[in-house]
Amino acid sequence: MKKTKLQILTNGIIRENPVLVLVLGTCPTLAISTQAINGLGMGVSVLVVLTCSNIMISALKRIIPDTVRIPCYIVVIASFVTMVQLALKAYLPSLDKALGVYIPLIVVNCIILGRAEAFASKNSVIDSMLDGIGMGIGYTLTATVMACIRELLGSGTIFGHTVTAGTITPFTIMVMAPGGFFVFGCLIALVNKLTKGKAREKQQNKCLGCPGAAFCSQKVEEGGAEE
Amino acid sequence: MAERHTNLIVASAPHVVSPANTASIMRDVLIALIPALAVSVYVFGIRALMLSVCCVVFCVFFEWLSRRIMKRSNTIGDLSAAVTGLILAFNLPVRLPFWMAAVGCLIAIVVVKQLFGGLGQNFANPAIVGRITLFIGFASPMANWTITSRMSQAILSAAEVDATTGATPLALSAAGLPVPTNMEMFLGLINGSMGEISAAALLLGGIYLIVRKVISPAIPVSFLATVAVLSLVFGLDPIFQLCAGGVMLGAIFMATDYVTSPITTTGRIIFGIGCGVFTMLIRVYASYPEGVSFAILLMNILTPHIDRLTRHKTFKPAEGGASK
Repeated sequence: MKKTKLQILTNGIIRENPVLVLVLGTCPTLAISTQAINGLGMGVSVLVVLTCSNIMISALKRIIPDTVRIPCYIVVIASFVTMVQLALKAYLPSLDKALGVYIPLIVVNCIILGRAEAFASKNSVIDSMLDGIGMGIGYTLTATVMACIRELLGSGTIFGHTVTAGTITPFTIMVMAPGGFFVFGCLIALVNKLTKGKAREKQQNKCLGCPGAAFCSQKVEEGGAEE
Repeated sequence: MAERHTNLIVASAPHVVSPANTASIMRDVLIALIPALAVSVYVFGIRALMLSVCCVVFCVFFEWLSRRIMKRSNTIGDLSAAVTGLILAFNLPVRLPFWMAAVGCLIAIVVVKQLFGGLGQNFANPAIVGRITLFIGFASPMANWTITSRMSQAILSAAEVDATTGATPLALSAAGLPVPTNMEMFLGLINGSMGEISAAALLLGGIYLIVRKVISPAIPVSFLATVAVLSLVFGLDPIFQLCAGGVMLGAIFMATDYVTSPITTTGRIIFGIGCGVFTMLIRVYASYPEGVSFAILLMNILTPHIDRLTRHKTFKPAEGGASK
């Protein structure tokens, strides 16, 4: 079944949302989603890196030898991450400070490596770009929504604007790690509800989209859709 | 054939049936909590009763609501939600706003209990997690200790110096200030969470539960003994350490939760010792003055491992045996 261009683009937003359905890149998402602006900033950074690296890896897929593909992907991704980080340092130093180590860590972000391995190395440049944009939008939306919920409940603000702060005592645990896991679980449940569990079912049955599929010995029998 | 051997009854297990069921056990726990509630109302006034009722009502309501939304059978009749509500209320300061207590009930019943499958499936004691979540989430309202005229002189004089919030005996002790006498500590003429103040009332409830065979003494005794021994090791007053904070409430009512404590007696003793060790380590070395709830939560999580290590030998596979 060949996907249309539009399907490739929208795939990552809900149906194969990288964070909530593929459950990739959980660590940075939980860590940075304490303030909406951080979620948005991280999301856009990932979007840019993911799109660029998908294009580059797809274009180079015939040149990269199969045995050393992971180091090659890392080099490509790292170059784009460096560009993004330098741009952030130059134009948005406060955001760069807030995101800290999580910007350089995009290099080893599972979403980007996963899409390179599962999509860009097998598809055309245009398709890979669309996949990168779609997955990036999916990531940005997830990180921003999660951060908005946590910021609203935990600090009483959204994007730094006071909403309930001062009138209702903020539930500070929401901006700490337990609150992150809690919101993460609720959003996964919501996406499962929206897709009526189809997204997850599909993941369990097929290895498509799983970054480990290439190294996975039990591909079809077990599904192998673990992170 | 059956008519000829009427004294030989063939039936499948279980052969020993007890009249006890979840509701009767939970009713006994509620009865055992009454003395502590009475002391709490005596010391803190009528709001202690109001907050307790509020927690019970919210817990039962959330239990009913979540079972209904998840289209499962209604379980409010087993009274476990009411027990969770009352124990959670005992862990709160008396002036806590009602809506914050409701948030704690929501976490305890919906997140910890029903999302994991209801009574018997929860990985940790619901009331403990409710309390810890509130404690971390609403740090200052949860440390807003009320002072009333019925309390010990040591607390009243400390409150005169620092009029905003009264320090609990453990905080006074940590600050090196004079603490209430051991008799006042034992009777509960002190400030703190609503239900934890009176060691005497809690012990009374605990003895009732042990006599009624609702709980085994293994966990409370090993928990309290560990706290006492470690107090001596650290050079502290063991009576004060036993009566202060949530040790009695935790050891008797929260650590003995069937679902989240080990099955075997050996396992229970390990569990109790672990609770005592972590409680004292947190009290002595950590930045929090009190660590009972964290200690119990940690041991709750270790319970499956303790169970696996202390399983009776009859359930072990044969030597060189085949399968699991």
